[in-house]
Amino acid sequence: MPTLDRTIIIAGAAGQGLVTVGELLSKILTRAGYEIFATQHYMSRIRGGHNSFRLRISDLPRYASADNYDILFAFDQDATTLHSDMLHEGGTIILSDKLDAVHKQCVRIPFDKLSSNPRYENIVALGVLCSLLGLERALPEQLLSERFASKGEEIVQENIAVLTSAYEWSVAHSDKCSQLPKMYAHPERILVNGNNSIALGAMAAGVKFCAFYPMTPGSSVAQTLINHSEEMGVVVEQVEDEIAAINMALGASYAGAASLVPTSGGGFALMTEAISLAGVMEQPVVIVLAQRPGPATGLPTRTEQGDLLFSMFGGHGEFPRIVLAPSTIEECFEMGHRAVSFAERYQTPVILLTDQFLADALQSLETYDLHSLGQVHRPDYSDTEPASYQRYALTPDGISPRRIPGIGKTTVLADSHAHNERGNITEDKALRNSMVKKMLLKESSIRKDVIPPRYYGNSKPDKLLICWGSSEGAVREAAESRIEHGENVAVLCFSQVYPLDVTQFIHYLENAKERVCIEGNAFGQFAWLLKGLTCIPIEKNISRYDGRPLTAGYIVHKMYEE
Amino acid sequence: MRDINEYGQYSEAWCPGCGNFDILKALKQTLAELDIAPYQAAIVSGIGQAAKVPHYITANGFNGLHGRALSSAQAIKIINPELTVIATSGDGCTYGEGGNHFLAAIRRNVDMVALVHDNQVYGLTKGQASPTTKEGQITKAQPFGVTNAPFNPVEVAIAMRANFVARSFSGNVPHLVETLKAAIAHPGFALVDVFQPCVSFNKVNTFGWYKKRCYELGEDYDSTNWNAAIQKANELDEQIPIGVLYTNNRPAYGGHLAKKLVYPIGTGEVDSAAFESVVKKYS
Repeated sequence: MPTLDRTIIIAGAAGQGLVTVGELLSKILTRAGYEIFATQHYMSRIRGGHNSFRLRISDLPRYASADNYDILFAFDQDATTLHSDMLHEGGTIILSDKLDAVHKQCVRIPFDKLSSNPRYENIVALGVLCSLLGLERALPEQLLSERFASKGEEIVQENIAVLTSAYEWSVAHSDKCSQLPKMYAHPERILVNGNNSIALGAMAAGVKFCAFYPMTPGSSVAQTLINHSEEMGVVVEQVEDEIAAINMALGASYAGAASLVPTSGGGFALMTEAISLAGVMEQPVVIVLAQRPGPATGLPTRTEQGDLLFSMFGGHGEFPRIVLAPSTIEECFEMGHRAVSFAERYQTPVILLTDQFLADALQSLETYDLHSLGQVHRPDYSDTEPASYQRYALTPDGISPRRIPGIGKTTVLADSHAHNERGNITEDKALRNSMVKKMLLKESSIRKDVIPPRYYGNSKPDKLLICWGSSEGAVREAAESRIEHGENVAVLCFSQVYPLDVTQFIHYLENAKERVCIEGNAFGQFAWLLKGLTCIPIEKNISRYDGRPLTAGYIVHKMYEE
Repeated sequence: MRDINEYGQYSEAWCPGCGNFDILKALKQTLAELDIAPYQAAIVSGIGQAAKVPHYITANGFNGLHGRALSSAQAIKIINPELTVIATSGDGCTYGEGGNHFLAAIRRNVDMVALVHDNQVYGLTKGQASPTTKEGQITKAQPFGVTNAPFNPVEVAIAMRANFVARSFSGNVPHLVETLKAAIAHPGFALVDVFQPCVSFNKVNTFGWYKKRCYELGEDYDSTNWNAAIQKANELDEQIPIGVLYTNNRPAYGGHLAKKLVYPIGTGEVDSAAFESVVKKYS
């Protein structure tokens, strides 16, 4: 358990700059050596509405939102009323001296006096927060210098002057927050969100083509690729719709580029025909499905794990596929890499199932370890006997040699119909059976490569908490708190959800007295799947589907609710 | 000039007398005359009778989904600009199911050819009206006559200032070959809309119907004149002009792409030094 767990919620209307404050503060804290986990809660509008940025500062990594806060930085009056009940006993509200104080423990900032320009309210907020937390002034100064360097020295100096006045005012006028214990500074650490991490993992694995139609919360995967396209040699194309996106990705894949398409549930729905195409055509492609609550438009900027079964079964006909669900931001990197690697190796669609919570959450990490990543399978670049080459040759493991058109004298024929070994249309029943058997062989090969679930805790628990994907952080934290209370609780977490290898985990289910499946959806989709695969009952489902991420407090409350 | 037999001989599943035979013949002849080897071309299609072309020619082939040929074809060209990319599909595929992609492809201007077999009817699904079927025409699915206004693909392409817009007729193979050669040579997105009789389901637009109406644009026709092109695109009754109706010189897609790309994109190794410097930006 961490000895430090300080929580801050920065709240206000969209457009007030609270995300800027939150991100700058997170970066400063990361550099200062703290473990940071920040989540973003926003509404589907550009200005107004109510948004918040929630930050956990710790000495050990945290992977979930907190239930209560030590500091509420309120950018408007609504923020004070909406979040007061989330404040710890003795917590502090920081707000403008123009707003009504609603709490005995308030720091009221004279924004007018600290900067004549209202544009700098963010910097005032940052200065006050850094001072209250006991961070050295040099840290925000350094970051502002870097952030505004491209805008010229004058802008840098203006920002630093405002920062200094806010910081000094806070030192002189306020001691209402306890300062953070000092940490060793780690200048090498990075601060990334889940979608950054997926995109970086995919680039490390050699992704070279991305087509996308903008859709929250998937778009920032494409944006991260765009930001680095020049250095990494990636082509990113914003296209007319999601159908074009995946059909382009399949064309690019055919022509030799590892390809990725990011989207959300509605976009994935449009892609399903082409997911079947990728299956029968045996074309590698990675689809990042960043879930948000549906159905249809649902809650466009909130979180849910409601597309699990859809990701497994979306598409017509039968074909092998792989569905991965990273549980942490660090794992987003590994899974971004793994998704590309699996797709290239098995020549089939790989769906990377994330969600808004993970997509937008920021975490401090040690920089990625490239050497721990496996080799990514490459196509067959040979050109021997081009005349006899068969794209869909029947092989013992179901995986055919994939050559690339335009390399040498081989011609490559890829087809959406039932086809023969060369790729030509056929309705011959023996050939159809051969090709289906080839798919089944490939499926068996994939099953041998399933990522095993992680197990934490006593081998004979009273309660086994089961989860998948992004719920893991909150579930582990809930378990830790129950274990502290002397309970015998264990946790089983899945990062690959399809296909599954039952032999990897059935004993965990059998050895538990009670099985509880915790998911961010109403129907208990993963519990349904596990029951179907193992015929072992799941005694309790804990669901969350209000668009907010699972937290330890929510889970513990539901565990004992009748 | 290559030997046309290099592109293979296959038994086609088209009806005797179908216009697709001549389009396939013209395509092979075009590649042969331009000295494009089978492995240097990628023939991409959607679904429909016309879309079976990749199966009837020895070349690289991608036979994908209904309406989506242009999406896959553009990406193939982006990844490997050395390939001569020709999307070859029907009017339903290109202008119906794929209408959005057709408009986007004109705007994106990837250097490729869209060769549309336009028989003004759905053949594979047995005779329903297509986007280019004339208003009032009676079909089994439209027994009271088509009520939708027909889509005029060349007019739309010219209105959008596509780089190359041509119309041809499968019954005039030499004309189609010359048109295709010009389309391949012209940088950017080229549309070649080819009239073609569907002998089974379109009893109106027959070989004779086209033969009687199609006339070749003269030497003096100026394809850079947008107003004249729009006018020619609308000659669709007793006299229908065939040839290159419009040309434009907007730069083809690709000028904005990263300098360090290794072609075909994807064949190079991951630059780990570049990757490490990318990751540092997050510190």
